[in-house]
Amino acid sequence: MKSKKKPQERVGVYICHCGSNIAGVVNVEDVSTWAGKELEKEGVVVARDYKFMCSSLGQELIEKDIKEQGLTRVVVAACSPHLHEPTFRNACSRAGVNPYLFEMTNIREQDSWVTTDKLEATKKAKSLVSAAVGRVVYQKPLESLFVPIDPNVLVVGGGVTGIQAALEIANSGQHVYLVEREPSIGGHMAQFDKTFPTLDCSACILTPKMFDAGNHKNITMLTWSEVEKVEGYIGNFTVTIRKRARFIEESLCTGCGVCWEKCPKKVVDDVFEAGLGYRKAVYTPFPQAVPKYPVIDHENCTYFQKGTCKACEKFCPTGAIKFDQQDEILTVKVGNIILATGYDLFDARKIPNYGYGRLPNVFTSLEFERMTNAAGPTMGKVVLRDGVTQPKSVAVIHCVGSRDKNYHNYCSSICCMQSLKFAHLVKEKTGGDVYQFYIDMRTPGKSYDEFYQKIIHEGVNMIRGKVAEIIEGEGGLIVQAEDTLVGKQRRIPVDMVILSAGLESRADAKEVAQKFGISCSADDWFIERHPKLDPVATMTDGVFVAGACQGPKDIPASVAQGAAAAARVLSIIGQGEIEIEAATAMVDEITCVGCKQCVASCPYQAIQFLEEKGKAYVQEALCKGCGTCVGTCLPKSITLKHFTDEQIVAEMIGAMRVMKSFEMTEVA
Amino acid sequence: MSDYIFYPGCSMESSAKAYYESVMAVCKPLGIGLKEIEDWNCCGATEYLSLDITPAYALIARNLALAEEQANGNKTIIAPCSACYLNLAKADHYMHDDKAFGNKINEALAAGGMHYTPGKLAVRHLLDVIINEVGLDKVKENVVKPLAGLRIAPYLGCMLPRPDYGKRYSDTEHPDELDRLLSALGAEVIDFPLKTHCCGGHMTQIGPDTAFEMIHRLISSADALNTDVIVTVCPMCQMNLDAFQGQMNNHFKTNFKIPVLFFTQLMGIAFGEKAESLGFGSEFVSAAEAISRVRVQAPKPAEDAPVAKKKTPGLPMPPLRTKTDHTQEAGR
Amino acid sequence: MTDVVSVLDPHTSHTKREDSILLREVSLRTPGESHVDMCIQCGTCGGSCPSGSAMDHTPRAIFAMLRAGMRDDVLNSNTPWMCVSCYFCTVRCPQNIHITDVMYTLKNMSLEARKPTMPVASPPPTAWGLKNSSIDPKKYNPTAADFSKTFIWMVENFGRSFEIGLAGVHNVRHFITRLPNMTPMAIGMLTKKGMSPLPPKRIKGMDQLGKILQRAKELESS
Repeated sequence: MKSKKKPQERVGVYICHCGSNIAGVVNVEDVSTWAGKELEKEGVVVARDYKFMCSSLGQELIEKDIKEQGLTRVVVAACSPHLHEPTFRNACSRAGVNPYLFEMTNIREQDSWVTTDKLEATKKAKSLVSAAVGRVVYQKPLESLFVPIDPNVLVVGGGVTGIQAALEIANSGQHVYLVEREPSIGGHMAQFDKTFPTLDCSACILTPKMFDAGNHKNITMLTWSEVEKVEGYIGNFTVTIRKRARFIEESLCTGCGVCWEKCPKKVVDDVFEAGLGYRKAVYTPFPQAVPKYPVIDHENCTYFQKGTCKACEKFCPTGAIKFDQQDEILTVKVGNIILATGYDLFDARKIPNYGYGRLPNVFTSLEFERMTNAAGPTMGKVVLRDGVTQPKSVAVIHCVGSRDKNYHNYCSSICCMQSLKFAHLVKEKTGGDVYQFYIDMRTPGKSYDEFYQKIIHEGVNMIRGKVAEIIEGEGGLIVQAEDTLVGKQRRIPVDMVILSAGLESRADAKEVAQKFGISCSADDWFIERHPKLDPVATMTDGVFVAGACQGPKDIPASVAQGAAAAARVLSIIGQGEIEIEAATAMVDEITCVGCKQCVASCPYQAIQFLEEKGKAYVQEALCKGCGTCVGTCLPKSITLKHFTDEQIVAEMIGAMRVMKSFEMTEVA
Repeated sequence: MSDYIFYPGCSMESSAKAYYESVMAVCKPLGIGLKEIEDWNCCGATEYLSLDITPAYALIARNLALAEEQANGNKTIIAPCSACYLNLAKADHYMHDDKAFGNKINEALAAGGMHYTPGKLAVRHLLDVIINEVGLDKVKENVVKPLAGLRIAPYLGCMLPRPDYGKRYSDTEHPDELDRLLSALGAEVIDFPLKTHCCGGHMTQIGPDTAFEMIHRLISSADALNTDVIVTVCPMCQMNLDAFQGQMNNHFKTNFKIPVLFFTQLMGIAFGEKAESLGFGSEFVSAAEAISRVRVQAPKPAEDAPVAKKKTPGLPMPPLRTKTDHTQEAGR
Repeated sequence: MTDVVSVLDPHTSHTKREDSILLREVSLRTPGESHVDMCIQCGTCGGSCPSGSAMDHTPRAIFAMLRAGMRDDVLNSNTPWMCVSCYFCTVRCPQNIHITDVMYTLKNMSLEARKPTMPVASPPPTAWGLKNSSIDPKKYNPTAADFSKTFIWMVENFGRSFEIGLAGVHNVRHFITRLPNMTPMAIGMLTKKGMSPLPPKRIKGMDQLGKILQRAKELESS
């Protein structure tokens, strides 16, 4: 490397203030003056600092310098390349410099935002700028590749969010595969009776959408199915889906329901009835299920477990029961993926002082939703666990498992409104006393605070205090809390307690994220690309998230995200093709020994082995530029374009130039 | 036979001699060897911490330093009194957790030529050692007189399950360790809802009315559950519920008479030890009647089974959490 | 202590600086990370407290008062003294505040505010002269502190506690009217439990313990 002569390039360096985000900590003027002087021999001909480099004025500054000063290389020290690398690449392009001759270095997230030490921050900024200048002169012009977008879309999760996304896309004429784990689409919303703040009937507004999704010519609905494997990249995903055996021949089944009427095996329904009701071993979760076909629950079916029964088969009028049905593995090609996998309810049994699971008349929010549902286990009657007694007084407890460092730190955002809805339903259905125990009443939404006002007016007792414990006593339950506005402990006897349990990420969220190549927050919610400006995209191109899988959300917000994700996907499909990063790996056929190590190591199956030549070959469209193969290649025949050894070493030398204590000795 | 460092605590040599005697009687057959710390001092209970935090921790730490000196290869201190157990565990925890604080306490110890290495020893309560080290199988092997027919309310009080620095108990509010032990002795164990509620602590001394209220809640709840005996793991709990039961009765014009025993006393009975050697007779509310029933061991005369009224099936209950639930979450 | 205009309500007249000083002092004096500054005023502690009914302020209110810099009100409150160390609040607190430990700190601070006239390691007087004008003796119930002092006086002199002596001295001093009711219990202690009415034997390392405690007290005040 040393032997090679350093290329003579004309480099422009631009230091962004980012308002006070960078300039508040880093002395940007000092950095630009220093770069202009000290890095002159490295090729720097212009060094400037500017308030907002990303503004159109900032970009014009670069373009003007390229034209007037004949710049051949550009370095911008600003925020994360995730945010603005495309902005500056485009600016270079417009002025006639290949976008790959531009280098961005991050002095915000990796410098000014992580320290308050101005001297050290300025020193680090210089080091980063020097590193970027060091490498940029070795960068080579590269041409991006364009690949066509497969217009088919995969939507994972058939709750209201997934249904919305699927319908938006299908209505535009594109094809959607809608995958749902349960026997029917509908999700949590199908379990509810009323929705806040309008108190309109949940089923009345959801079932038409479910029906549309189930009958849409552009939607292939795969219920009782799960995604097993995802390969490929934006525009060209190959998805493997396991369609679990229903043991029902769909083409013969009419959904008449004789099978579940005759089935002798009753089991507690933990999913749809939230544990409050029963279903049979052959079942559809609810009467309006889409599709209408039942499934046989293998683990509970008497025939599968003991070898005899087959009552369903005997009575089925169309002979649709097929005990020998096998799981099907389907492979579909899609260009984009939307994850709308929803949430799990926090397990309230984890809070021992609330007694859920021990005290019969303590219920969770989902149990209560089922209880108030006219099609639920109690036909909509509010009763105690004995199934008959109507409670005279009910306590509703907010923040169960939320805003609590022992469980979940975050606010579940829906519980205040949901609890107020419960208060209204108890009042309406029983006329009994209701006590709301809350920490802070959070009703920031359209018509939400008006709903709160309405509930106060209905005579609900509001107690500001987190409940300390629930114990049995005085013929019922005693709820003990501090009424913090009075400053006194209160022990309130009630017949029933409803725990507004928080929302948590799905138990398998981490595995799902890994499968789709996206990341999870500390609480296992899927992470969006940008919390404000790109809320439904992820860091993986072509994979989008929507609804409660990204964080706690109510129905309006989930539906909005479902539609937003659909819009993002449609805009990509509309482009027809997509630009692929040019930073891909390349095999030098002369030195390649054909050991195939790289073929095995590539996580994207991008390396082919050309048998006739006995050499490896990188398919650029598949290569993501991860560099794994470069590391495994023993004869060093693979180069990663834009990350060559030469560029990286130059970058390191540049970074170390600033550290005075560092002796510039031979670097290999 | 495994050896443990033993910290008896002051009550064991005065008000809780029954506990001391019964601990000695049951540890032997279980293979628990107890080496008492020589020249230990009071742990300061909850009182010294109230006055002066640094001397309070120094007082506790002298015991830890003695134990470390005399450990002789053993790593575990057993303290049968909940307050002593917590104080020792707490001093070790904070000396380890807060390095500056640990150094300060060691600086005080140095004035007496002593030193304790935080985290060196594990402080454990006898109940925890019996459940988690010795194991219930070994307990069952020793049972010769099962406590059949004795309805027991297991009562742990506060300082054993909370704050539980070592995460040794199944739960901070409804732990099942004592229940499991008593079941292994053959007793009928009540799911006592107030099992970790407060016995009143030092309130009997500084605000008796408040203490009586707390004692009343515990005793009346146990009574409503047809309790024959309340079982405790702490001298303070035993004292408050037993010796103050009479005063509490006077205060509330009630007439409860529920004997309150140490868990080791009942273990001793089940192991076939003589009641006299287990400190029986030192309790204020006599346990003689309750214990006599175990000794007779005659099956209770069968009562006419109550005719079950046809009840509606009701709504299903959520299943209780299992040990696997806990472990799975820990892995999440 | 406060140098603000006296016409203002003393409860609201503290400077901002005083607020943070008080909260920081409590935090620094509590071993480990107490998180006392993280209170969200949810009331879990006040709801959980078994002796809450005897407190003049709930623990939650005390945290608000600490934040408001209401030093005198906090140190005059009986709340820390009514704490029975049951740790319900500590394990339930959604913000992981070590509430029981904070209560110990507040007891220390409350006594320290009275310290100039308080004798050390001797039988404490039933009431001590209060010279610190910010502490109102009428608001302060010394029973609990007195019990602690009597207890520790015994420990500092014998190395071990002396339950029967402690109960005797304490009850004669504070609950003289209850004595008739307590007599059967006292007799029971001697007869049934076989407790000795004599003080315990001194531990051998009494000198050593004395030196350790003396050094600890110096470290505490430094």
